[in-house]
Amino acid sequence: MNSSTGSLRGIFRFSRRPQHALREQADAVVGRGEEVLDGAGFGSKAALALERTWQDKRGVVGWLETNDHKRIGKRFVVTAFLFFCAAGILSAIMRTQLAFPDNDVVGPDLYDQLFTMHGTTMMFVFAVPIMQGMGVYLVPLMVGTRNTAFPRMTACAYWLYLLGGLTLWIGFAINTGADAGWFAYVPLAGPDYGIGKRADVWNNLINLTEAMGLMVAVDLATVILKMRAPGMSLRRMPIFAWSILVTSVMIIFAMPSVMLAANLAQFDRTFGTHFFNPAEGGDVLVWQHLFWFFGHPEVYFIFIPGLGFISTIIPTFARRPLFGHTAIVLSMIATGFLAFGLWVHHMFATNLPEVGKSFFTAMSFMIAIPTAVQIFCWIATLWTGRLHLRVPLLFVLAFFVIFVLGGATGIMVGSVPFDLQVHDTYFVVAHLHYVLFGGAVFPLFAAFYYWFPKFTGRMLDERLGRWQFWLFFIGFNVTFFPMHLLGLDGMPRRIYTYGAETGWGTLNLIATIGAAIIAASVVIFIVNFARSLVKGALAGDNPWGAATLEWGTHSPPPAFNFVAVPVVASREPLWAREADEPTHVSGLSAQTREGLVTTVLDALPDVRYSYPSPTIWPAVAAVTVVVWLFWSNITPSGMWYGLIPPAIAFTLWYWPSRKETAEELLLQRRP
Amino acid sequence: MSNGRAGAVHAIEASPNAAKAMRRKREATPASVPAIRRGDALDVADLPSYGFGTRSLMWWGTLGMSAIEGMGFALMIIVYFDLKSVSAIWPNEAPPPDLLWGSVNMALACLSVIPNLLANKAADDQDLRKVRLWLVVVIVASLALLGVRWLEFHSLHVRWDASAYGSAVWTLLGLHTFNLVTNIADFIVIAAVVFTAPLDGKRFVDVSENAGYWWFIVLSWIPVYAVVYWGPRF
Repeated sequence: MNSSTGSLRGIFRFSRRPQHALREQADAVVGRGEEVLDGAGFGSKAALALERTWQDKRGVVGWLETNDHKRIGKRFVVTAFLFFCAAGILSAIMRTQLAFPDNDVVGPDLYDQLFTMHGTTMMFVFAVPIMQGMGVYLVPLMVGTRNTAFPRMTACAYWLYLLGGLTLWIGFAINTGADAGWFAYVPLAGPDYGIGKRADVWNNLINLTEAMGLMVAVDLATVILKMRAPGMSLRRMPIFAWSILVTSVMIIFAMPSVMLAANLAQFDRTFGTHFFNPAEGGDVLVWQHLFWFFGHPEVYFIFIPGLGFISTIIPTFARRPLFGHTAIVLSMIATGFLAFGLWVHHMFATNLPEVGKSFFTAMSFMIAIPTAVQIFCWIATLWTGRLHLRVPLLFVLAFFVIFVLGGATGIMVGSVPFDLQVHDTYFVVAHLHYVLFGGAVFPLFAAFYYWFPKFTGRMLDERLGRWQFWLFFIGFNVTFFPMHLLGLDGMPRRIYTYGAETGWGTLNLIATIGAAIIAASVVIFIVNFARSLVKGALAGDNPWGAATLEWGTHSPPPAFNFVAVPVVASREPLWAREADEPTHVSGLSAQTREGLVTTVLDALPDVRYSYPSPTIWPAVAAVTVVVWLFWSNITPSGMWYGLIPPAIAFTLWYWPSRKETAEELLLQRRP
Repeated sequence: MSNGRAGAVHAIEASPNAAKAMRRKREATPASVPAIRRGDALDVADLPSYGFGTRSLMWWGTLGMSAIEGMGFALMIIVYFDLKSVSAIWPNEAPPPDLLWGSVNMALACLSVIPNLLANKAADDQDLRKVRLWLVVVIVASLALLGVRWLEFHSLHVRWDASAYGSAVWTLLGLHTFNLVTNIADFIVIAAVVFTAPLDGKRFVDVSENAGYWWFIVLSWIPVYAVVYWGPRF
């Protein structure tokens, strides 16, 4: 951290006067017909012009129209967290039911819906969206750009996701909750056994959330490859951006699989096709292949952003650059590839060829290697650093314990003979929660504590944070560790009750007590969140003294992110930079939403780029798509006629306005 | 903090001609000037405001979407062969589809590449007259393809709900038709835009990228055609 850090940070500084005053001043200072280019510091004419250019409209219209990645990212995170709480409440009901033998709090039908809704919500409506939402918020800031590559698509993705999640839960509220497991196996979810509209609601959810996932993946991959600040060559790119890039590419190749599967299942239900009907030449195992070809990589696109959080948080609290940066990047890429070779280990209990299963066992073992490489790199970083043991680091350290335990049971269930013994027992429930909770939720809470100051401008309370951490860590282990033993003792998954003679009562009661501790911990987090939002200590730009670019602008960042796009000369741009390097970009228009496109490998400035303005059409388009899906569930002709409203909405979304064209012509320079 | 651009902010008098003057000034600068170091700043004001091919963000977006849809086709073909592998007879109690209309469409798709290339080139050259001409030709060609597709569905000799085989061929053909229809809709919307002035340079990029997406429609048709028409014959 040399002295030039100060001068670098100077260019990010921006006047803190109230926003409306700024707007009025901007209107007064920047005259009509005057061209203002960015690159000047705080309080400049350019900064005022940027403020005016990037502000959203006020009121509900502005709220619906916005395509600001920060507002949308926050919506993703808050929405997903609310769904996390809702799905958590379902698990509390399940744990209450299972606390004692022969309990009758809920019956079998509701119990089916409870575990299906819990799994579906956690995987599709919480885990993936919240990781992508963190990416939507953080990636443009981290790579030093002013918005995502396709901001309207980012907005549309959020609305699709929100509506998908809501329709799933509205279905549940009116006794149409999905009930065939989070993997919706056929024939249970097919036309013969999946009665009513429960499976249709699930299929629609898959279409909506996966469309969201794919849109955000394409969007963020483009940001990372083409919109990095000048100088941020691939070798200087932050690890979190790498993690989102790897995740995005994985999503692009994995999510089409579950979308296709859900649509084939829906065709079976709506049009009477026979994909999964063995009587007419169909094959139920195709469903399992398609689902798990997506489902296993999904575990990794929940987990890899978590790795990104950890690799970002550890250097900050160890006060040194990350040990083995390149090894970590290569490990994440390797994990991304290997993740596509594991899916059959979810199908060891089916009649697939044994030799084939051996391959998947080998792959399941092999994927432990890149993860181990990363864990050793993190240990080396911590070992040689000067630790600041703040709450984010506590969650990271807990991740080590829990994830390593989950990984160890992963190696166990990766082998066919062991898996056949514990298949569909609580051992697998324990394993998957150790991996997913440990691999995703603990890093996520670390990320909440770490980036809350950037999102809100205020610090979360440290004391409440420690209470939450310890309750979370203890509650988690009390809940899920006994499940290993229950599974080894033969307790099956997805049963709504069990007899006293099984002897499973005590361990189940312990698990339920653990669940109550987790619930208490989450309540403390919510209290901490609400209190800190109002009266938390002011954070300042960079409360942790971190190295990445998002900490170089205000907390919370202005709508345009950076008053001047930074120029990067090292992996830790806020810690160290070369002397005699430019510090920032100048010359982008401050009066239109202009940004910079750079080259893929070296991030050399290449093309100026006009970000699209906010518009209502992405939100309208999302609504029309949802209407189309449900219309096609009710009547097959809805499949065709229902396409007309989205076609109109997407056309109007694209249609260039005269104002935009005029602005574009004003700044135009041919390539 | 000094402004990086020496004498930085262009002050153009507020007059009706200010915009024109500003545009002339920009257009007068030679093309493809790299970013210029000025003090602490990297001045990018003279960079182009749009670019073709990999320089355009939308090119990358289209690449991503093509990868997604390509994955959809690949997986659907895998489903087809999985279903074939579990069936004793394939196609189940149905004759294979007639080769005529599918093959005609293969030929049409190959021919459509020519006006598409010309439209692409005209867009790269930013030649509005030629863009309009070749865009119309491509639209006519793609509509012809869609018309023949209608005949193809009628020559499959099996209903989607007759057997798993019927379900697979209808879905494969349907998936390709869905992509075809969306691309035709894109072409028509873009044509409507380029026929209504005023235009800016980015619209040429749109034409160029949609022409690129047409390649995906044509190239994906090759495996889909092979599976739908020749799969039942082997």
